[in-house]
Amino acid sequence: MSRRGLLGAGAASVAATAVPVSAAQVGKPAAPSLAKLAFEVNGKKRTLQVDTRTTLLDALRENLQLTGTKKGCDHGQCGACTVLVDGVRINSCLSLAVMHEGDKITTIEGLGQPDNLHPMQAAFIKHDGYQCGYCTPGQICSAVAVLGEIKAGIPSHVTADLNGRPTASNDEMRERMSGNICRCGAYSNILEAMTDVAEKVA
Amino acid sequence: MKPFTYQRVSTPAEAAAAAARMANSKFIAGGTNLLDLMKLQIEAPAHLIDVNALKLDKIEDMPDGGLRIGALVTNTNLAADTRVRRDYGVLSRAIVAGASGQLRNKATTAGNLLQRTRCPYFYDTNQPCNKRQPGTGCSAIGGYSRQLGVIGTSDSCIATYPGDMAVAMRVLDATVHTVKPDGLTRTIPIADFHRLPGDTPQADTVLQTGELITAVTLPKPIGGTHVYQKVRDRASYAFALVSVAAVVQSDGSGRIAVGGIAPKPWRNEAAEADLPRGAKAVTTKLLADARPTEDNAFKVSLVERTLAAALAEAKG
Repeated sequence: MSRRGLLGAGAASVAATAVPVSAAQVGKPAAPSLAKLAFEVNGKKRTLQVDTRTTLLDALRENLQLTGTKKGCDHGQCGACTVLVDGVRINSCLSLAVMHEGDKITTIEGLGQPDNLHPMQAAFIKHDGYQCGYCTPGQICSAVAVLGEIKAGIPSHVTADLNGRPTASNDEMRERMSGNICRCGAYSNILEAMTDVAEKVA
Repeated sequence: MKPFTYQRVSTPAEAAAAAARMANSKFIAGGTNLLDLMKLQIEAPAHLIDVNALKLDKIEDMPDGGLRIGALVTNTNLAADTRVRRDYGVLSRAIVAGASGQLRNKATTAGNLLQRTRCPYFYDTNQPCNKRQPGTGCSAIGGYSRQLGVIGTSDSCIATYPGDMAVAMRVLDATVHTVKPDGLTRTIPIADFHRLPGDTPQADTVLQTGELITAVTLPKPIGGTHVYQKVRDRASYAFALVSVAAVVQSDGSGRIAVGGIAPKPWRNEAAEADLPRGAKAVTTKLLADARPTEDNAFKVSLVERTLAAALAEAKG
């Protein structure tokens, strides 16, 4: 049995004992509710039937086996689960899968592949923008979106002139990446990778 | 998360009617606060009503020169709107001072107004909390209260309203527009929208069951220099210890609202009249009724200093 399978079996046995207890307390157990979902993930149409409680993150990882997107805190605090929805970065752990009917999702797997890297992926490798790598897919998805947000003129907390156009300065990129935590502390190399890409695009 | 059924609606009336029909239901828009709370079983709705298709995602000019912000306009889009940046800078500044880029992309105007407190005891389901479980007691009083309220609190609850956006909306005299399950609409001045805890801290706002926010309107621009100063434990992505939204006119008069210190954005028009006399005079009046704890007594002087910084920034 794989490690993933073992963890899954463990969780299932916990659930089996936990459910009757809470059911006895409230009198009537609420049955899980299933819903159909059709969306596009990394350019491919996918249809799923999911428990309404399934987050976008869990649908990607558990239902579609796209395990590049990582679960860190599962509460929107760490950014490891960052993906792009119709080009906009969000925390996939704080969004229900059923709320993404018809959406176009891009995960780290869709951004680029080992033989066809996205410029940001290549820059992270070149500048050593990671150590353990766990936060990296979220960092890269966020970094790609940050450069887009700056280009679109969206202001940040450190933008000096609200009516001017923000630039891809160190301060701007650091502030805008504050929703992605790196426990290894690769921040300065992440910044170099982003600067590299920003300069090439500009 | 507890199991729940899920429904999409396409008109505000349909949404309000669905809420009236289904007991223990909740509206969901961005979901960034609600889903977090559902994972912790602090919120456990039996039914979710997805309001994202209501087409309330536009910012429109109003005949009186003001602005109508749809309930579903995201924080990112509101802060980036050219009219908001030009005429209501304090609102843009407040929004980008909160949360992270990912959260602002999802969080909506209405949802942000309704976000719940970040009191650590509200979040810890093993602890008594009158807001989460009415009648169980307040663990924060006598507990760890550094982050919590110094004014407007009660013997039942000392939690704060945690957001930034509403503090700017308070200074701008915004109005919240809603529709009730019976189809009637009403307008609520932002000053009356969040309520003080008294002995019913479980109700954060004056909204009734099933009442849906459809828009927030801003009166016509008032000019002046717009400033939002926020003091927090990290430079980014943290809730305020104290924040000050200020609109200061060239003669030194103006308006201020303070965040991070009370169950609602805190503004006192009489205290504000002392703005030309400086931060100390204003703060003395504004916080005359403050009842800080030992842990958060520092917030009283921090308000004065943050206000002084805001006024200095406004002067340029």
